[in-house]
Amino acid sequence: MAKIRIPTPLRAYTEGDSNIEVAGGTVGEALGSLVEQHPDLRAHLFDGDNLRSFVNIFIGDEDIRFMQGLDTEIETGDSLRIIPSIAGGARA
Amino acid sequence: MSRIYISESQKRQIFEQLEKAYPNEGAGFLLGHFVEGHIAATDVVIDEVIAAENASAADEQYHRFVMTPKDWMRLEDEADARGLTLIGCFHSHPDSPAIPSDFDREHSYPNFLYLIASVMKGRAQELRSWELARDGHSEHTTALVSDRDWREMMKWPTVR
Repeated sequence: MAKIRIPTPLRAYTEGDSNIEVAGGTVGEALGSLVEQHPDLRAHLFDGDNLRSFVNIFIGDEDIRFMQGLDTEIETGDSLRIIPSIAGGARA
Repeated sequence: MSRIYISESQKRQIFEQLEKAYPNEGAGFLLGHFVEGHIAATDVVIDEVIAAENASAADEQYHRFVMTPKDWMRLEDEADARGLTLIGCFHSHPDSPAIPSDFDREHSYPNFLYLIASVMKGRAQELRSWELARDGHSEHTTALVSDRDWREMMKWPTVR
């Protein structure tokens, strides 16, 4: 089992839990395990089967986009973290 | 609609930072806690205002801001350790009104407070509080309080 840290705005969908234990051998499988346990998270993490572009997944200090993305392998005891991309701006 | 209590000093800190960033956008994070609400179930007291780096490309900063994942991690860790909540962020709209843009809504997170300040010709003029969704937005009451009243509010019990 690995662990995923849930960011503050999304804890409303995990009954307030900040750390969720997940099964799976890759980041994609771990996220699948997460949304299976907490289905309301799906819309905030995925566009179809792809990770939303405003959602970052880190393993330690490493962004999985610079690793193998959702295919990045994980091991028991790994700590994953969901980091929101906070962005905005005045005009298009 | 919740009340968002912000002290005069905090507002001044936000305005000074955003005026300095003009004509670019400036941004930062808000640590806070929830208190019993007057109309809504909960209101929010802002504990701390923290400036953040605008990590968008230099030639885009006149109309964009992006926070770094590193700042998010550091501040969320700090909030959790102090029993606070990383409750929201603030940013400026240079020479534009303090209302959410389509870009703000498209990039929004739920359950997160967005304070927007209009900075017209280099002068910060208005600060408004919003909750955003991809398909809309709603406004909270931005309640400016004296530093003295804010210190009293800091004694109010946290409700979640």
